[in-house]
Amino acid sequence: MNKFEPVIGLEVHVQLSTESKMFTNAPYYFGAEPNTLTNAVVMGMPGTLPVLNKRAIEKTIQVGLLLDCEIPRQSKWDRKHYFYPDMPKNYQISQYDQPLCVGGEVEIELEGESRNVMGPHRYVKLTRIHLEEDVGKLTHLGDISVVDYNRAGAPLIEIVTEPDIYSPEEAYAFLTSLRSTLQAAGISDCDMEKGQLRCDANISVKPVGSAKLGTKVELKNLNSITGVRNGIAYEIDRQTRDILAGGTITQETRRWDADAEMTYVMRTKEEAHDYRYMPDPDLMPVIITDEWKAELAKGLAEKPFDRQRRYMDTLDLPYTITSVLCQEPELCTFFEETLTIHKNAKAIANFLVNDIQREIAEASHDEDQKVLADFAITPGILAELVALVDKGTISNQIAKEILPEIIKNGKSPATLVKEKGLEQSSDSGELELICQDAIDNNPKPVAEFKAGKEPAINALKGQVMKATRGKANPKMVDDILRKLLS
Amino acid sequence: MSEEPTLDIDYVAQLARISLTEEEKARYAKQLSKVLGYFQELAAVDTEGVEPTAHANPIFDVMREDVAVDGLPQERALMNAPKQLDGEVVVPKVIE
Repeated sequence: MNKFEPVIGLEVHVQLSTESKMFTNAPYYFGAEPNTLTNAVVMGMPGTLPVLNKRAIEKTIQVGLLLDCEIPRQSKWDRKHYFYPDMPKNYQISQYDQPLCVGGEVEIELEGESRNVMGPHRYVKLTRIHLEEDVGKLTHLGDISVVDYNRAGAPLIEIVTEPDIYSPEEAYAFLTSLRSTLQAAGISDCDMEKGQLRCDANISVKPVGSAKLGTKVELKNLNSITGVRNGIAYEIDRQTRDILAGGTITQETRRWDADAEMTYVMRTKEEAHDYRYMPDPDLMPVIITDEWKAELAKGLAEKPFDRQRRYMDTLDLPYTITSVLCQEPELCTFFEETLTIHKNAKAIANFLVNDIQREIAEASHDEDQKVLADFAITPGILAELVALVDKGTISNQIAKEILPEIIKNGKSPATLVKEKGLEQSSDSGELELICQDAIDNNPKPVAEFKAGKEPAINALKGQVMKATRGKANPKMVDDILRKLLS
Repeated sequence: MSEEPTLDIDYVAQLARISLTEEEKARYAKQLSKVLGYFQELAAVDTEGVEPTAHANPIFDVMREDVAVDGLPQERALMNAPKQLDGEVVVPKVIE
C-alpha cells in the first residue's frame, strides 16, 4: 500500500506566435540560421531601449480571458537578474508583482472507465500568468558551449499553477488541455519539439491525508508531454522510496533524463538564484481597460471542451469521435465548414477523424509533420464526397477507397467516380444474376442460412461485393439475396 | 541620521561575479554602506497615502504594433563575440 500522495504544481512556458519580438521589432520564427534574428536591443547593446509589442500583450490577455483569470487594471515590467550566456544583457525582462493575469483555471479530463466513455472533468487552479522575453538557445559541445540568440527576446508567457495537480496523469491531462485551448485560439502552435511549449514541475509527496505539504523538488528538462508524465512519475516514486528508507527530501532542482529514465540533481537550495527583481525603468506600465478586454474577448475561439460538449449535444456525435476531433482545431474548422455545405455531421466527422487523419499521419515524418492545409482537399470536396454516399451514388466503401487520391489531388469526387466507373450498381436485373451466381457457388453458407444461421448471409454478400468490385448497393444486395433464398 | 547600514560584501561580490581582495572588500563595503545610507534618508520621507511607482511621469501604454523589421546580419551580430563557431557564439562550457 502506498502511504504517500503527491502534490504537483506546473510552470508552463509558451511562446506566443507573433511576427516580432517582445521588446523590439526584430523578427522571430523557428528554424532560421543561428544569430540572424537579432538587432542591437536583442544583443543588449548599451543605449538601446525596449518597446512593448502590443499584439503579445493582447494575446496574453486573451489567454487570461480563456482561462478565466482576473485581468488587473494595471500591469508592469521588472528585471530579473542573472548571469548566464543565454541573455546578453544579464537580465531578463519579466513581470514580478503585477502580472497581466491573476488566478484562473484549466479544465481537464481524467481517464474514463474505457476509451469510449467520457471521463470525469475537473478544474486545475492557476496562480498567475505573466509575460516575459525568451532567452537564447545554448548547445553544449564537448568542452565548449555555443549560443544562438535568435530565440532571445521572443514573447513568452509563463503559466503557473497552484499545487493542485495530484498525479502524473493529471499533469498530462492539464498539458494536453492547455495546449489544445491555446492552439484553437491561435495563441501559439505549442510545438514542444520546437520549444514553443516547455514545462517545469514542482513535486512533493506527503503522507496520505496530511494537510502539510512535503519538501518540494523542482523538475526541469521535461521536453515532451510524455516526458512530463514519466518524469513526474519517476520523481514521486523516488521521493516515496527515499522517505520509506528513512531519508529526507532536500529542496533542490533536478533534471529529467529521458534516455536514462531518471532524474538527477542540478542544484540545491543553497545554490538557488537571487534574481534581484527591480522595476524596469525603461518600460512604462500598461493599463488594461474594460473596453480593451471586451474587444479582445470578441475574437476568442471556443474552448475545446465546450466545443466537444456542443458537438455531442447538438450534433449527436459520439464521444470517441469528438475526443479526437476537438483536440485538433484545424480539423474542427474544416469540419464546421464542410457541415455548412452538407449536413451529415457523423459521416463528415468520421472521414476526418479516421481516413483523413490517417492520410496526414502517413504523409508525415519526424522532420516533416504535415497538417490538413498541406493537402489539396477542401471542405467543398469532402462535402461532395459525403453527398455522393448519401445519395447512394457510391458506397461508403468506395468513398473510403478514393479518398486518399482526392485528399492529395483535390479532384472532384463526382468526376473521379464517373471516370473510374465507380457508380453503385443499382441495376436489379444484373445484380440478381450475380446474387444467383453467389448462391449457386456457395452451397455451405446457403445451407447454414436456411438452417437459421443469420450471419451466414454475409459470406454471400461478400461474394457479390467481390464480383461487383464493391459497387453494388449493399441494401439492394441484401434484399435480393433474401428474396432468392426465401 | 541613523547609524551606517551594514551589508554582506562577499554576497554582493558573488552576485556580481567579481572576486575582491581583502583590501578591496574593506574599501567597497565602506563605499556601498554610504550609498545605502542615502536610501535610508529617502526611507525617512513620509509616503503615507502616496501610490508606489517606479516612474516619475504618469505615462502608460507605450506600445508598438507587431511588425517585424530585419535587424543585424549574422556577421554584424557576432562582431563582439571573441570566438565563433558556425554562426554561433562560443562560450566556456556552462551546464546549469
